[in-house]
Amino acid sequence: MCLGIPGRIVEITDAARMTAMADVSGVKREVNIACVAEAEPAALVGRWALIHVGFAMALIDEAEAAATLEALRHLGEAQETLEQIAESARALS
Amino acid sequence: MRYVEEFRDPAAAKALIARIGAVAEAIGATRAEPVRIMEICGGHTHAIFRYGLDRLVHEGIEFIHGPGCPVCVLPMARVDEAVEISERPGVIFTSFGDAMRVPGTKKSLLQAKAEGADIRTVYSPLDALELARRHPDREVVFFGLGFETTTPSTALTIQQAAREGIGNFTVFCNHITVPQPIKVLLDDPHMLLDGFVGPGHVSMVIGTHPYDFIAQDYGKPIVVAGFEPTDLLQSVLMVLEQNRDGRAEVENQYGRVVPEHGNPVSLAAMADVYEPRPSFAWRGLGEIDASGLCIRPAYAAWDAEAKFGIGYGARRARDVAEPEGTRCAAVMTGRIKPTGCPMFGTECTPETPLGALMVSSEGACAAYWQYGGRRGPAAAE
Amino acid sequence: MTLRGDRVTLAHGGGGSAMRDLIEEVFTGAFEPDGMEDQARLEAGALAEPGARLAFTTDSFVVSPVEFPGGDIGTLAVNGTVNDLAVGGARPLWLSAAFIIEEGTDFALLRRIVASMKGEAERAGVRIVTGDTKVVGRGAADRVFVTTSGVGVIPPGRDIAAAHIRPGDVAIVNGVLGDHGACILAARGDLALSSDLQSDCAGLGHLMEAILAAAPNARAARDCTRGGLASALNEMAEAAGVGIEIEETALPLRAEVKGTCELLGLDPLYLANEGRLVVFVPKAEAQATLAAMRAVDTGAGATIIGRATEGPAGQVTMRTLFGGSRIVDMLVGEQLPRIC
Repeated sequence: MCLGIPGRIVEITDAARMTAMADVSGVKREVNIACVAEAEPAALVGRWALIHVGFAMALIDEAEAAATLEALRHLGEAQETLEQIAESARALS
Repeated sequence: MRYVEEFRDPAAAKALIARIGAVAEAIGATRAEPVRIMEICGGHTHAIFRYGLDRLVHEGIEFIHGPGCPVCVLPMARVDEAVEISERPGVIFTSFGDAMRVPGTKKSLLQAKAEGADIRTVYSPLDALELARRHPDREVVFFGLGFETTTPSTALTIQQAAREGIGNFTVFCNHITVPQPIKVLLDDPHMLLDGFVGPGHVSMVIGTHPYDFIAQDYGKPIVVAGFEPTDLLQSVLMVLEQNRDGRAEVENQYGRVVPEHGNPVSLAAMADVYEPRPSFAWRGLGEIDASGLCIRPAYAAWDAEAKFGIGYGARRARDVAEPEGTRCAAVMTGRIKPTGCPMFGTECTPETPLGALMVSSEGACAAYWQYGGRRGPAAAE
Repeated sequence: MTLRGDRVTLAHGGGGSAMRDLIEEVFTGAFEPDGMEDQARLEAGALAEPGARLAFTTDSFVVSPVEFPGGDIGTLAVNGTVNDLAVGGARPLWLSAAFIIEEGTDFALLRRIVASMKGEAERAGVRIVTGDTKVVGRGAADRVFVTTSGVGVIPPGRDIAAAHIRPGDVAIVNGVLGDHGACILAARGDLALSSDLQSDCAGLGHLMEAILAAAPNARAARDCTRGGLASALNEMAEAAGVGIEIEETALPLRAEVKGTCELLGLDPLYLANEGRLVVFVPKAEAQATLAAMRAVDTGAGATIIGRATEGPAGQVTMRTLFGGSRIVDMLVGEQLPRIC
């Protein structure tokens, strides 16, 4: 359900109709920005939003994204340490 | 692609898979007595198969594929009504591609198109509205499908049509909601679930609180998840950790997109345009109270049901049955795997689908077929 | 110049002087066939070598829009048939071209299409030697449909066919996949997408000669047109009775093609290409093949994507990013943009 993909807002095309151009990996499509519009639509330019059926449905929270990736990185490092311990244990036995 | 490829990192996935294995061992999950986790959303089902996650995680984890594919749960009678509208003179019927091949009792939209109906695939309801602007002499009808993720888009489109006074545009509303069917599944005494992976994009609209009852009233963990492979694996790990710790909470793995309270503009547009129907029929699940939406009388001018006299419930006996011989309902509710249906892969294939679960690429049966489970999960390993 | 007006009318299909004017001014004036008889008369010398075989193929072209970034229906019509000959090991020599033209079509459009065909034919070293035109009423065709047939010669001793593929053979593609399909989706306009993508449409005759020179034991090649790489591989696996395994991480895809697929829920393995082929060569000849391909402009992006396996026979699988595996099936029907 509900295909959604991050895209960057690159230009406000019609502030009255709440439309903007979004760029998804080099593909441009006009999207509706009513759901993510802040006081000044121009402030959206450069922001990343989750695009679904031609609507920017949510702004992507960069701090949250970074936090998730950080947690994944820690997990990866911890796993590496575990594997190293297991390997040296095997080597010693 | 930013915010996509970072979450497909094989090293992170490997670490998550190892951690899932360790927690599964710790709580004694085995193939015979697995931890059963339902991914509610069809998008998650698709991702699990696309990346082969079901075969990469510990054998004590069993994924139960939930009812979260809007075209899979659409009753055949509603497809029939869509076809009926599309065949009216002067109508341009527009739909997302997903619904084009879904069989009705007589035919699909694709077949109706071949017989001469003007049916067009669109990417957005806004494109359907644009068609109405360009063809003022035609009636443009949009097939409104989907859960809360998609509902705001048609609500905002109807508001736009109202603002511009576009009189030749209507929506055939079949929007449905996620929380009610979950409650039905949880009330089913045969359903043995240990936790849920919650739908990320629905939650970006409605927030995480509508799932509170799952944790509070039913004591089950639910983790709202993103759609990339490490998102899903991390969410499975979080569900397992709740199990291990004896917790039942609503957690949010997809914080980069899902705010706790959802999206206020979307919620307001939905509340303005739509109201709950007393009940709505789900293929495989039957009638569920307050699980479907209809257009409020204030927007009746943009309601295809009002304009074309196709009222939900107007017919005495509504056909929600599944095609003869198939076990769509049992698959849909997770009681059997697709391979447990006698028609799977014999009478019912993606080329000649009997049930909608085989039509939609998000349907559990199509996913099984497409991604290698066609001889059964055991044989595929 | 005796053609009157800007557009084709039914009179141009009537068999009279209007038709003669259309043919002479738009078609034969550009293609310059040797004579104006109803049939081309061709020197058979090229075929006379003992052991040489004739290759003969035909293909019809319908595309909407008729013109798109990177080509038009004319470039498709020449290259499509040239490629069908080339991937079978034939040197393309002669083409026929038949046009079904919708009443009301601009002469200027026809001239552009014909100019494209002439240019592509010259590049491929083939001649368009005979043809036909018909005019149909408005709505009976979408501006213009083109059918080309092609004749080529397979030199003595050359025998490539999908049935020759053996487990262990290496699969190589000549460049990024799906550009044409994604470009056409955007060019149709109804999805309101825009990008800098261009069709990959190109003739592959010279590339095939380079491959066959570098890999004397090359097994088989296919152009990955409708149905994309996935369909070509499935046909080959079936014909050879082998399995084929490709690597997800090895598939060359442009960012814009990935973006189009993510937006519309499409699988790039099934997007159409018009200048891409997949070739199977023995492992020992793979590096030489790659080097030879990269030395030709249409092979600059050549890369190994997978290999043939013992089986299951007829099955194409893909190793995913994480080492999981999934079946890559034939496409059922047409890929439709989806929301879920």
